[in-house]
Parts: sequence; C-alpha cells; structure tokens
Amino acid sequence: MTVSRFTRRNEAIQDIISFSLDGQPASACAGDTVAAALLAHDSAAFRHTGIHSSPRTPFCMMGICFDCLVTIDGVQNQQACMITVTVGMDIRRQAGFRKLEGRS
Amino acid sequence: MNALRAENLVIGGGVVGLSVAFGLLQAGHKVHVLDGADRDLRASHGNFGLTWLQGKGARYAPYSRWTWSAVQQWPAFAEELAEISGQEVALEQPGGFEFFTDSDEHQTFAADLAAQAKTLGHDFTYQSCDGDTLRRNIPGIGPDVTGATYCAHDGHVNPLKLLHALRLSVQRLGGTIQTNATVKDLKRDGAFYRGILADQSQIAADRVFLCAGLGASDLAPQLGFRTIVRPQRGELLITERLETRLPFLSSTIRQVDEGGVQIGGTKAEVGPDDAETLPKMRELARHAVAIWPALAEVNILRSWGALRVVTPDGYPVYGRAPDGGDAFLVTCHSGVTLSPVHAKQLVAWFDDHKDAPNLEGFRDDRF
Amino acid sequence: MKNLIVIGAGPAGMSAAATAARGGAKVLLLDEQPHPGGQIFRNITRNRNTLPHLGPDYAKGLEQAEALQHPNLTCRFGSTVWRIDDGRAKDGPRVAYSQNGKSQSVAARHVLIATGAQERPTPFPGWTLPGVMPAGAAQILMKSSDLIPREAILAGTGPLLYLIAAQMIDAGTPPLALVETQTSSMMARALSKMPRAMIDRQQVFKGLSLLRKIQKAGVRRYTAAQEFRARPQGDGLTFTFTSKGKEHVLHCALLLCHQGIVPSTNLTRSAGIPHQWNVTQLCWQPTHDDDGRTDRPGLWVAGDGAGIFGADAACAQGVITANAILCALDDLSPDIARHINAHALNRRFRADALRPFLDAAYAPAPEFLSPVDETILCRCEEITAGQVRVAASNGAEGPRQMKTATRAGMGPCQGRMCDLSVTTTLAAHSGRHPTDLGPHRARSPCKPVTLGELSRLDLGD
Ligand SMILES: Cc1cc2nc3c(=O)[nH]c(=O)nc-3n(C[C@H](O)[C@H](O)[C@H](O)COP(=O)(O)OP(=O)(O)OC[C@H]3O[C@@H](n4cnc5c(N)ncnc54)[C@H](O)[C@@H]3O)c2cc1C
Ligand code: FES
Repeated sequence: MTVSRFTRRNEAIQDIISFSLDGQPASACAGDTVAAALLAHDSAAFRHTGIHSSPRTPFCMMGICFDCLVTIDGVQNQQACMITVTVGMDIRRQAGFRKLEGRS
Repeated sequence: MNALRAENLVIGGGVVGLSVAFGLLQAGHKVHVLDGADRDLRASHGNFGLTWLQGKGARYAPYSRWTWSAVQQWPAFAEELAEISGQEVALEQPGGFEFFTDSDEHQTFAADLAAQAKTLGHDFTYQSCDGDTLRRNIPGIGPDVTGATYCAHDGHVNPLKLLHALRLSVQRLGGTIQTNATVKDLKRDGAFYRGILADQSQIAADRVFLCAGLGASDLAPQLGFRTIVRPQRGELLITERLETRLPFLSSTIRQVDEGGVQIGGTKAEVGPDDAETLPKMRELARHAVAIWPALAEVNILRSWGALRVVTPDGYPVYGRAPDGGDAFLVTCHSGVTLSPVHAKQLVAWFDDHKDAPNLEGFRDDRF
Repeated sequence: MKNLIVIGAGPAGMSAAATAARGGAKVLLLDEQPHPGGQIFRNITRNRNTLPHLGPDYAKGLEQAEALQHPNLTCRFGSTVWRIDDGRAKDGPRVAYSQNGKSQSVAARHVLIATGAQERPTPFPGWTLPGVMPAGAAQILMKSSDLIPREAILAGTGPLLYLIAAQMIDAGTPPLALVETQTSSMMARALSKMPRAMIDRQQVFKGLSLLRKIQKAGVRRYTAAQEFRARPQGDGLTFTFTSKGKEHVLHCALLLCHQGIVPSTNLTRSAGIPHQWNVTQLCWQPTHDDDGRTDRPGLWVAGDGAGIFGADAACAQGVITANAILCALDDLSPDIARHINAHALNRRFRADALRPFLDAAYAPAPEFLSPVDETILCRCEEITAGQVRVAASNGAEGPRQMKTATRAGMGPCQGRMCDLSVTTTLAAHSGRHPTDLGPHRARSPCKPVTLGELSRLDLGD
C-alpha cells in the first residue's frame, strides 16, 4: 500500500472509527470527511475519469471541483470532501461515469 | 465609407443560416455569413437535437412531406458533413417514442398519427400500444405510463456538433463567416441590398438570405416581409453523463452521445425571456422519473431555457421579397430536423433550379 | 416568512446574521458545511483552541460563531443553496436549497449572498495529477482533520502561501520548498502602494513575521518561477520550473499551488445580478453599492463573494449590510445605522488600504491566465487550452459559443474550475477585453441535485 501524502499529529489521533474501503477494513478519526479519511489512508487516486480514464485525487476540498467523487454505501458520485465518514461506511473508489442500477 | 461586397449574404449563423450557406456553397455560389453577438438569443445553442417526424404536420400535408423528405436525407447529409468538416454529428435514427400518462392525450395523438400516415402513405411506419405492452418490450418504463406511440423514422443528432460541423464545412468550402456582426439596417438599393452593421460598417450584396432566427423580426419588415416570428420558451434539464445507455429515444427524454440525459418539452409564451423556472424544472423532473424511474438517482447538472422561433401557424416560412427582388426570408421551428432540406431543396428553390420543390405551402404572404 | 436569509456562514455571513438577528429581524442562515466558520474559520467550533499551529487569527473565529446563538436566528448547516430568485418572484425573493437529500424553496423579504471565495484555478501541465492541490485545500485538511502535508512544495503567489508555510513549520512539518511566481519588478511596483498599506500596519507586520519564520526554518525559496510542469513519479510527483532563467527539478508527494482567491460567482450570476471585471484582481464580481445592495430587488452581497478584501473586511461588511437590510425592513433608522456602523466602516477602510499593495505584489502570473496549449483548462470535461484556441480561431468568439463549441464548463462543477481560465485564455488569444466578452451565464441548479429530489421539491404550494 502506498504511503499517505499527509501525516496526522499524534495528539490528533483519537476517536478512531472503522469503515470499509473497497471491501477492506480501514480506519479514520471521527469527524473526518470521507476525503480526509481516504487521503490519510494512502496516496492512491479516488477515481478514474470517464473521459480519458485519468486518475484524480481530491482537489478543492470545499465542494466545488467534483474531483473527489466516490461511491458511498452504494450511491455513486458522492462528493467525498462534503460528507463525514461514519462507522461501518462502505466506501468505494470509482472508474468512469455513473452506471444506472441493474443495467449494464 | 467603403462597403464590403458579397454575392450571397446570409444573415444569421445559426443552424438555419449555416445550412443555407452550406447548400449555396455546394451549388457553386460565393457566400458570406454574418452572425450576431455571443449573447443573442440563439435557438441553435439551446435545442433538443431531434430529427423528428412523428406528428409533424399531421394536419398540414406540406409540412409533413417536407419533414419526411428531411429525415430520409439525414444519413447521407450527416456523412457528407462529416466528410467535409471532419466533425461527426452523432446521428442516430433508432425510431422514437411519445410516452403518455393520460389516455385521452394518447388517443388524440394516435388519431393525429393516423392522419399523418394517410398523407405519407405506406412507407410511414408507426405503432401505438398500451402501457403493459410497452413495459413488456422495454422493462424499466414506469408504472404510470399508460401508453406510447412509436415512429420508426425518428432520430436525433448532437445539435452542438451539428452546428460545429456546419460552421467548419462552410469555411472549408470557401465561405466566410463574420462573427459579432449584427445587421441593424437592411434595404434594397437598386440592383443590390445594403446592410449597416452595429459597428456602422456597411455591406452590399446581390442576394440576401435572412436566416436570423428571432433577430429577423427587426429586419424582415424592412424588406417588406409579412411574417412576424415570436419567441416561445422551452426549458430543458441535462444530467451528468451516464455509462449506461438508455434503451429508448423519446421526444422529451433523450441521451446525448456524450452520455448526459436531456429532458425537455415545455412551452411558454413569455416574450424574450430565456430564464429557467422552478415549477418547470420540477415538472420535467417528475416527467423523467415517471417514464424511467431509475433516473431518480441521477444528478441534474444544469437547466436552461431557450427560445423557439415560431411563426403564427407554427410552420416554416420560405418567402421571396414581395417586390420580386433577390431577398429571401427563411425561418422555422425544427431547424435541426430540416437542416438537410434547407441545404438541398431550398437552395434549388432559391436558384429557380428545374428540380426546385413546390414551396407554395410555406409562402410569407399566407398571414 | 423570514425577514432575511443569509447564505454562507463565513465571516461576512456570520456577522450579518448575528447583527440582523440582534436588530430584530427573523433570520435563516444556510451553509453547506456541517459547522459555521466558512473556509477561514473552518471547523472552529469543534477545534476551538486545540490547534495552536493555526495561529491566533484562526482562534478569533470562535467568538463570531458563538454569536450565532440568538433566538431570532435559525441556522441550517449541511444546506446547499442551488437557486435564488430575486424579488420579482411570487412572494418575494426565494431560495431553493437541499438538506439531507430533500429540497425546498423558501421565501424571505431579503436574501444576502455571502458565499465567499474560491482559489483561482491554476492550470499548468500536470495540475490534474494526483497529489496536486490548491494550497488552501491542504489548509482545509489541516483545519478539519489535523492532517499536515508531508513532503510538500508550496508553489505560486500570495500571502496565503506564507501563512500555510508558517503553519506547517509550527506543526513540525515544514514545506520542502517555497516556489514563488512573483518577480522583483512586481514587488517594486507594489512598493509604491506600501505607504497606504501601512494604514493596516498590523497586517503588514504579520506578513513580515511570517516571512521571517520561513527564513529561520531554512525553507528553500525560489522567486520569479515560471513554466510550471508536474509529472507523476512513483507515488509522488516531479515538479519542474524555471527560476531566473535556470531550470529546477524537485520531487515531492504534494504540490500545493496558489494564485490568490477570486469571488465565487455561480450563485450571484445565476441569480441574474450583473457582474463586472475587476481589472486588478482579474476576476468577475457582482456589481453592488457600498451597502452590498445589488440591482436585483431583495438581493444583497457581502464578503469575499462580493469582491476580495479578506476576512476582516468581510466581517465588517457583514455588519454594514445587515444594518442596511434592517433599514430596508424599517427596523432601524439610517441615522442610527450610520452611527453604529462607525467601527465596521473603520475596519473596512483599513482592509481597503492594504488591498492595492497585495493585488500588485501577488498578481496572478500570466502563464496561468493563458496556459500553454497542452494544459487542461476544464478539469471535468478534460478540455485543453489548445482546444479553446482552435475553437476561438473557428469563430467561437464569446463565452457561450466557446462553451457549446468545446464543452468547457459543462461538467459537474458547472465551470467553477474553468470559466475564469477560459475567459482569460480567450481574451489573450483574441485581444479582446474580458469586459467585452462578458461573464459566463450561470444556470440553476448551481449544485447538482438528483432528478428524484427535484421531482419532490417543495415549492411551498
Ligand atoms: C427548447 C428548444 C428545443 C428545440 N428542439 C428542437 C429539436 O429537437 N429538433 C429540431 O429540429 N429543432 C428544435 N428546436 C428548434 C431549433 O433549435 C431551431 O429551429 C433552430 O435552431 C433555429 O435556427 P436559426 O438559425 O433560425 O436561429 P438561431 O439559432 O437563433 O440563430 C439565429 C442567428 O442569427 C443571428 N442574428 C440575429 N439577428 C441578427 C442580425 N440582425 N444580424 C446578424 N445576425 C443576427 C444570431 O446571432 C444567431 O446566431 C428547438 C428549439 C428550442 C428553443
Ligand atoms: S472544470 Fe470545466 S466544468 Fe468543471
């Protein structure tokens, strides 16, 4: 696994909660946005774009750029920087555009 | 002041003006196009992209036949444009649906189609079915849909790619397009026509083709035309792009080649106001979810209003200046659908070619 | 019906909402974040003073957030406004917003848009790669999750870069380098504005002390940097640039860019408020009077969203605008308003004095205004500067035709990350002034909503 591009100050590591990232157990600090949780976890891309399949990590962190889209609890294209991570959340990285339920 | 000279001057660089310009160039003419300001009301930048026959001219045979001719010519026209411009227009003609949630409306429309079939004869293929039959054929259609009609000749293009392809084709064929060039004044001066532009520059032309959409309402009377076009607002929604392809094309819900789903079909007489409104946005969303419930989870990125260019009876106007001069008025709704016939048959008519179609049904002096 | 809806709970929105509520107005405050503070005081109510490395200015936000406790004031966080109708709408201005997956449209006598600023997009080859981020975005992570950038380079221009560098130093993780685009001639030109800037000498001294801190920490500094380019390398990035004619190649995990901030104008543009080009800050801003009144009935603007003047001025302007709204509601007489505005006017005056110096010293570099052809301008639709130039040469001569010709601006961000760069690229290419090109038209919904949610919209009917 790749190392995160961020470090967390030791005194900040408290209230650890667990969630699932691409089906694997992972942890975050309570109050983290989904984007922060994933950025703290590793350095990998959150998604690959639908047009040229380019890798992206979160950009603006304030809900305006739509680069941090992930699938949360089965719902695609969620803005990771605008949603707080919760215990047991099922978070998945994405590739491409939205797929409609039950159709290929 | 030195006036610019043009043999054929097309006023308006929307889909209508550029189709005419393209056709004139192919017929061997020299063409100069004047197009207005970026902020003008431009139907060609806000429309739905259908190439649609179903219901068109159901009660007016000339329009039905004219549209029929257009949809027949679309495949060859699309190919020709792509060849010249290098830009595909994403034409698809899978046949189109009209969905109903009200059986009375369904019945009325089915009667219209029967009338249209009578005009067009055996080659016109359409069907009408109830909601359950429809759902068996297209699983996923919502339970509130009570019925549908289907016409095998309907299709769509990417209207922005069409506009782009036309623009490039006109330039490749040697035509010139002058942008940000709004004509303020236009009059006949002996053997030719003189125009004065917003920047006060002048232009003189042997023949003039007035294709300025809603902008024609100022200029047409200066040449003696009688048609008064009015704006009619249509509102649309566009969703984020989808990987999944929708299994149908309808006159109100269609998936653009890039993946976004466009939803439209509202009509409002509100003058020159192209704002989008909350009640209509909601109405369109309700419609989309009723027809295809899976769309409920899809994000809308944008909504907009665009103004249709509408003549008093809704049918096209192809008029020659009442004084018999070489000035023509070309205006219509459904300029996307009619693009191929504007480029071919209409140009033959301008030129008094022996193959010229009979356009008596679209005269300017019918009002 | 509420007397006032305030959109945005940053310094301007918080002070306006509290002032109006204290003045007797029934106020609804909406913000899409889960807590008040805006970007500058992000997460202040949860962090309080546990993050000393963020500095004393950050801690000041707490007082403002606490002033929101007032019986006349209802706060709805996690509420994203996606449309505003002005006072010509049925029963007054209306605001449509989404909260917890449900949208509603509510009316009020007045609406104050205080939605702040965003970082100016900094397009250069490689700016879409993983690990490239605006510097302010990294600072948000410091505030909201106590995450400190590791092996990071700060690159660009502006006082925010110094502040973030100092915060990283104090957190024990200094940046690898500070790569600045401003040149010595820009600084020389800015010096003529220094005497006036000294009216706000506190801020000037603060800036100087940040610079001293950076120097003391031994952070490598490059100035007059040009020709930014990032390439992926392993899990990290290679960052190349030239500085004073010499090429440099640096490696990092994070490349944090900054070229100043610009007003967020999607809401104000879509509400139909006229906008004007700010010739020194090179961005659009809504046209308004000193009170924050726009020409749309019932619509007001305050804070950085009305024009960039910084947090202090925003806070002051919130008070001034709230008092003007109270006057419009007949809850306050203009004479008294003038009197109680004195302190706020003085604060605004000081911030105004500093701005010309900052604008001149830290102006955005030309290469981000009109980037080289291969640069992606529209991140969403992946459209390059070269494609924009080709379209311009083919006759797409204004923002609308550019949008329909290239799709730049049609992505989910609705042009927030590209409209400005498209305008400046087009202006440079065609030799036309942005004022002449005009701003991009913005349409609702200003943030995506699902069809399902829109179909259930509560119109109050
Ligand atoms: C909501 C909506 C949906 C639609 N859907 C469809 C559809 O699905 N299928 C279909 O076939 N049609 C559709 N249409 C209709 C179609 O868009 C129009 O028929 C077509 O775009 C009209 O083109 P135009 O060139 O006449 O007008 P415009 O596109 O409006 O072009 C007029 C041009 O003239 C220029 N101009 C105006 N005044 C002057 C002047 N004085 N001097 C110089 N230039 C001037 C303007 O700048 C502009 O570029 C739709 C329209 C709307 C509004
Ligand atoms: S960056 Fe262009 S639309 Fe998002």
